[in-house]
Amino acid sequence: MSVAQPPINHPEIRRLEPVLAPGHTYETVTATISDVVIKRPLGLGWFAGFTLAFTFLMVLTVAVAWLIIKGVGIWGINVPIGWGFAIVNFVWWIGIGHAGTLISAILFLLNQKWRTSINRFAEAMTLFAVACAGIFPLIHTGRPWMAYYMFPYPSTMGIWPQFRSPLIWDVFAVSTYGTVSLLFWFVGLIPDLATLRDRAPHKWQQMIFGALAMGWRGSARHWHRYQSAYMLLAGLATPLVLSVHTVVSFDFSIAIVPGWHTTIFPPYFVAGAIYSGFAMVLTIAIPLRKAYGLEDFITMRHLENMAKVMLATGLIVAYGYFFEFFMAEYSGNKFDVFLVDQRLHGPYSPYYFALILCNILTPQLLWIQKVRRNIAALFVMSLIINTGMWLERFVIVVISLTRDFMPSAWGRYSATVWDYATFAGTLGLFTTLLFLFCRALPAIAMAEMRELVAHTSKDHD
Amino acid sequence: MEHHEPQLYGVMAEFETANQLLHAAEKVRDAGYKHMDAYAPFPVEGLTEALGLGRNKVALTTLLGGLCGGLGGFGFEYWVNVVSYPMNIAGRPLNSWPAFIPVTFELTVLGAALSAVFGMIAMNGLPRPHHPVFNIHRFARASTDRFFICIEATDPKFHLADTARFLEGLHPQHVTEVQDE
Amino acid sequence: MNQREFMDEHNHEHHHVQERGELRILSARAGADVAAEAPLAKHALDLAAVRGKLQARAGKQYWRTLEELAEDPHFTELLQREFPRQAPSEWDEGVDRRDFLKLMAASLAFAGLSGCGVPPRENVVPYVKQPEGLVLGKPLFFATVMPFGADAIGLLVESHEGRPTKIEGNPDHPSSLGGTNAFAQASVLDLYDPDRAQLTTNFGDMRSWSQFLDSAQAAAAAIKSTEGAGFRILTGTITSPLLAEEIQGLLKLYPKAKWHQWEPAVSDGGREGAKLAFGRYLNTVYRVEKADVILSLDSDFLAMGPGNVRYMKEFFRRRKLTGPDGEMNRLYVVEPTPTVTGATADHRLPLRASDVELFARALAAKLGLGGGASLPGAEKWIAAVAADLQKHRGSSLVVAGEQQGAEVHALAHAINAALGNSGVTVYQTEPVEAQPVNHLQSITELCADMDAGKVDTLIIFGTNPIYTAPHDFDFATKITKVRNTIRVSTHFDETAEYSQWHIAESHFLETWGDARAFDGTLSVIQPLIAPLYATHSAREVLAAFSDKPGVSDYDALRDRLKAANSGADFEKFWRKTLNDGVVANSAFTPVAGAAKFSADSLPPAKTIPADQLEFIFRPDPSIYDGRFANNGWLQELPKPVTKLVWDNAALVSSKTSEKLDLAHKAASRGGEHGQIYSPVVDVSLSNSKVTAAAWTLPGQADGVVVLPLGYGRTHAGYTGTNRGFNAYAVRVSSALFTATGGTLKKTDAEYSLACTQYHFNMEGRKILASGTLEEYKKNPNFAHEEDEQPDKSVSLYKPQDFPYAPDKPAWAMAIDLSSCNGCNACVVACQSENNIPVVGKDQVMRGREMHWIRIDRYYTHTPSETDGGHSGDPSEYSPALDNPETFFQPVPCQQCENAPCEQVCPVGATVHSSEGLNDMVYNRCIGTRYCSNNCPYKVRRFNFLRFQDWETPQFKLLRNPEVTVRSRGVMEKCTYCVQRISNVRIEAEKQNRAIRDGEIVTACESACPAEAIVFGDQNDPNSRVSKLKAQQRNYTILGELNARPRTTYLAAVRNPNPEMEKA
Repeated sequence: MSVAQPPINHPEIRRLEPVLAPGHTYETVTATISDVVIKRPLGLGWFAGFTLAFTFLMVLTVAVAWLIIKGVGIWGINVPIGWGFAIVNFVWWIGIGHAGTLISAILFLLNQKWRTSINRFAEAMTLFAVACAGIFPLIHTGRPWMAYYMFPYPSTMGIWPQFRSPLIWDVFAVSTYGTVSLLFWFVGLIPDLATLRDRAPHKWQQMIFGALAMGWRGSARHWHRYQSAYMLLAGLATPLVLSVHTVVSFDFSIAIVPGWHTTIFPPYFVAGAIYSGFAMVLTIAIPLRKAYGLEDFITMRHLENMAKVMLATGLIVAYGYFFEFFMAEYSGNKFDVFLVDQRLHGPYSPYYFALILCNILTPQLLWIQKVRRNIAALFVMSLIINTGMWLERFVIVVISLTRDFMPSAWGRYSATVWDYATFAGTLGLFTTLLFLFCRALPAIAMAEMRELVAHTSKDHD
Repeated sequence: MEHHEPQLYGVMAEFETANQLLHAAEKVRDAGYKHMDAYAPFPVEGLTEALGLGRNKVALTTLLGGLCGGLGGFGFEYWVNVVSYPMNIAGRPLNSWPAFIPVTFELTVLGAALSAVFGMIAMNGLPRPHHPVFNIHRFARASTDRFFICIEATDPKFHLADTARFLEGLHPQHVTEVQDE
Repeated sequence: MNQREFMDEHNHEHHHVQERGELRILSARAGADVAAEAPLAKHALDLAAVRGKLQARAGKQYWRTLEELAEDPHFTELLQREFPRQAPSEWDEGVDRRDFLKLMAASLAFAGLSGCGVPPRENVVPYVKQPEGLVLGKPLFFATVMPFGADAIGLLVESHEGRPTKIEGNPDHPSSLGGTNAFAQASVLDLYDPDRAQLTTNFGDMRSWSQFLDSAQAAAAAIKSTEGAGFRILTGTITSPLLAEEIQGLLKLYPKAKWHQWEPAVSDGGREGAKLAFGRYLNTVYRVEKADVILSLDSDFLAMGPGNVRYMKEFFRRRKLTGPDGEMNRLYVVEPTPTVTGATADHRLPLRASDVELFARALAAKLGLGGGASLPGAEKWIAAVAADLQKHRGSSLVVAGEQQGAEVHALAHAINAALGNSGVTVYQTEPVEAQPVNHLQSITELCADMDAGKVDTLIIFGTNPIYTAPHDFDFATKITKVRNTIRVSTHFDETAEYSQWHIAESHFLETWGDARAFDGTLSVIQPLIAPLYATHSAREVLAAFSDKPGVSDYDALRDRLKAANSGADFEKFWRKTLNDGVVANSAFTPVAGAAKFSADSLPPAKTIPADQLEFIFRPDPSIYDGRFANNGWLQELPKPVTKLVWDNAALVSSKTSEKLDLAHKAASRGGEHGQIYSPVVDVSLSNSKVTAAAWTLPGQADGVVVLPLGYGRTHAGYTGTNRGFNAYAVRVSSALFTATGGTLKKTDAEYSLACTQYHFNMEGRKILASGTLEEYKKNPNFAHEEDEQPDKSVSLYKPQDFPYAPDKPAWAMAIDLSSCNGCNACVVACQSENNIPVVGKDQVMRGREMHWIRIDRYYTHTPSETDGGHSGDPSEYSPALDNPETFFQPVPCQQCENAPCEQVCPVGATVHSSEGLNDMVYNRCIGTRYCSNNCPYKVRRFNFLRFQDWETPQFKLLRNPEVTVRSRGVMEKCTYCVQRISNVRIEAEKQNRAIRDGEIVTACESACPAEAIVFGDQNDPNSRVSKLKAQQRNYTILGELNARPRTTYLAAVRNPNPEMEKA
């Protein structure tokens, strides 16, 4: 669908295993994908899963309600550790979001055909992850009902936000990111909504999808502008996604806290984000393709490519860890030296070693093709990496704060049941949204799949 | 709803493959038709050229949107910190411009993205729930696996019989009149 | 503004004073009207009964309502509603406390008699004619004194529309000289303590004061008939002539009656020592200022005991350095357990309490005062000290400890005499105590009499024997043999439980009275407010048994002073006295006669075998002997050396701890700055047992176990009940302060202690700079060795960008670490001035205490972990911890010019003022806590929950109206007392003049008895603060961060004896 296509019978592409199993026609791809939404009845499995997810979502509401009633004191935070699970989870969720945008935007610009069948739910994942992330900056404040102070609105007092603060940058970065991701996702959906409108058996479905499709009729002129817009969005989303985690990393690198104040954070955070993001895509894709028989569209090649990306970004992250140590020792700054020493010998060293195990050692198995092509192994690995990336944020956010400049003010952090409840709750929110998504909207971009069919068929004639 | 005389919108031909549509489009264009449109379930390469459509203005709109966002963003931050609410923050200068860059950037992207999407939608004349082509029930497949080309009645060269015959000559699946009722 | 000046400007106190005299009566009535309302209106009252009663009344009396007079059951029933003693327990104390207080508040609202029922007098009598000198919204200051043991601390009390809110020192009072201590600072909270007893009870049933008077008079008749054979009075130490006169009056009236005294935390050593040395009880006063060399024999004279505030002032005035050419006094301390005095010492020798006497004997011998004693192991030390003392004949001073025995005191007197210090650095006066007696003897006699059933009427006040009496006396059983016990106390405490009558006692801020200070100076206690409840003074209770009951304290006091100062214009004298807070030149004159005493006359010293543990009993640095147990400010006040709060613990030395495996470990909750698990030990001592948490204390003499008194109370009130362990439970008359033969057994149990600073070393960072006078003279710049202070001129910003106005004042603070001994006065002062909440033990364990100024304690010259040395965990043994050098560092907000906190606040809730203050805008704060994370000094405090109590009416009265009461979810921190700055600025602008240096005094500065904290304008080169900052000793903490703090520190300089170094 993009403008500058490489010649379809390009040797590169032919040598690779197909991104779409042979024998598919416009009708078959469209039917397989759209039936999940408009025809297939809700299965028991779906209900079971949804109920579980929804229960966790309720945990979130309870946890937040109690938080509003009592105050952030119900969490484990204190002085000196002013930021705990809330910020850890925020960074973790935002990071996960990144893979979606990366797949849909960057791989699109790089003309990676294999992205087609995974970009839709990857973007959905982005949106839901951003939704989960967005909760935390709000509720972690002492007075959430005053959080609107962070937005530049004309107040009667004539006061404004403080634009030197990375937290304000966050507000703008995250809200922009959310908005653009939503637009990107929606633009991608328009033709598919039209398809659903035209295929839906029930009137009410036609009404809803019709309204959402806004009367899309696949006119050549429409497609023309549509493609320009999509291309531009992809071009905008690419620097945006890089900027978001950079800004998130500023929350730390702009501060003077040892373990936070370091220039390597932006690239290292972005790599980490993609790392965890792809892990999450795998965590979702593997069960999804099984459940809805999409193995033809999400093929082994997709899984293997994602595994490769994880391996690469994992190495960048490892480099980041290494340089944290190197720069500390090289600079000889006594606070940084002490900090890295704490990483290894401090009261929290177990966390650090667990992190190394999850994020650096385990993924090395991905060098082996057998592992890359073993679905079970990949699934487990993706879970390990997600855990590891959560630990990384815990180590950075919490442990750096426990022992900073004044030994007299050193303290420790222990999460309370409410910290855990809130985290589990957002997992609930995320999965609930996913369950709803995969039954309410096409999990794979049909129009793009048809395009793929067109090319492959040409490829074969 | 009040009912008025069905009025001819154009003549439409249906094809099986994208290539057929491409060739048909070229023929129609060479035949000198101006007011026509093609419909496909996915963007068909070369169709724009085949129909002889010019460049679109989405990119320009996006650029303007981006500029507004960026300049507006920085200007606002400057105004707030230097003019409207000058405060000694951490002994930093009022115009700490490097600190204003991240927000400026984000607003640039936001402005550009918004204008790209809504510009595209607007220029496409959407939302438009109803359109004459939807009256052809076979047209439902235009969003799945069929390709259509429609020569509109407003075209100066349009003549129902001739145009229909001309389209028949392109070996389509069907040729139908499109009524606008 | 300077209170002194303020008061002299308005010399109208006497108006109020007189007013106050009568107003108390008015208020009592007014209170009554409130009480008389609603619930009683319903039923008719028997006027005949009332008339009857009225006729029966004789003399000047007040009653609250006719109902009361009629002893109306409904009235009593109304009073019943006063005691909600059940507190719903929630998951954390911070919350718990408030809910409890809501109940209190409700009950108070009910009963017209209580808290809000008797409002401060100004509200009782509306300002038809506003009293002169009182401007609404402007505080007034009244002089009064706080009686404490054998001393009385002179105070100026800040009053807002009649509500005493803040305690300041009285510069004109010899025991204060403007300084205060933590106890005095916190006393205002006791006044508003919602747990105070609020009226008279008999066996727990409400009684009216008049009912008590009746029964007292009835009892008096009986007593008269037996000439008072069964009449006893038990008190604490009393320095009040008025009270003493009342008692003497009773003793005259009832010749066979007896007066007993019991002060649990102070030994008889002082009195008996004087007797040994001078042949009779005498009071000893030090002139610390005149001493060049001071030796403390287990005396914490800088923090405890008579004159401690005065002595602190004088001591540190001799340690102020203006430059390398300065001179300092020298302090040697011999003590079993680290005290603030010991921590200040230039040389400190940890010795077991029992060895201190040996030390004294050995020193006496060295100085040729007879007695061939010697102390193995410490000879060199003794030799060096002796030499130094002799070198400074006439300008040296030996001080013996309050808990030490008579011999040590006698030896101290002898040594002082021998060194020609008597009359120079130390002198004796007539006793300050109204009637000095041997307390142990006194209470022993009382117990014997009670046991023999000889006592039938017993009045107890000023001491709490059921809780504090030696447990072998079994006071609780014996007191039951007393027919009629009258307990007078502010709280319904342990002793009240065992008494027939309980009279709610008025706080010293509510009563008229007098008291003598450590040097005999007489002062008038003048009330700041009418009694909040139906409370009475001890004197009134005594008077009730006399032949003329019902004379008000006010009249009694004036009569006494009239008698004492006949001739002179009394009113003039009266006004001056009240205004100054002291009776002019009433201090005792020194008595002649040197110590006639030789060490030879001493019996051979009893020594304890080295392998035996020595248990010593000491008053707690925060809640003393337990009398302050219900004071939240003091409970949450980190103890100077251990930094423990809300608990006491059995303190053991690092070595002992290692031997008995008593290591504690930091919990993950709060950690080094919160919850510490410490092993629980069984203390078996003198056939009694107590279970305590053990705490390892570096610098403690090996083999010594300190059992701090004052905890484990059963009836202290909500705050103080059942905290820590009760050391009195293992304290017997034969071993009041030093006990042996006990054992310490580790149990498997663990106990959570709240500790605000567990980690003690600086990890090789530039935080607290210290050196010796010698080093300082050699290298005046020693404070800046290898430090990385960036050059101020180096900046990325152009000067015009850099927004600090040179023409405006630049507020700044300099803290001289040479002068800080961690006494904590500033911490409580700040809490009181700035409405800082108490958060409770649970929250402290989570690392959430709220103090705006904290005092960090470091053991210097202990190798830090980063130097491959010690981990900073005190329970991890290292020889360096046997006797570490201890330093204190008060840390308020550093008010950085490049404040890291400001830059990261997303809403601009913390911004810089034009005068360089780092302002906190509470109502703009949304509580992201980013500022706290980014504060390298960690001085910001966050309201994690709603820590403030918004309901309890008493606390509303307590608060400083000039400081916002912060709610949940906002950040707060030291503001340099911006409200005081504004007050002065306004005054200055009204008078169209510049602000004078020293005109603005922050709460911490004014409280500091050591004058270690100086605040002022650093743009004015002649200000005190500029001069201090100009010194080379001046440095900033973590200067390399270039945050440019306005609060800087002067490196601590100590003056060790070079000879000693060689020794």
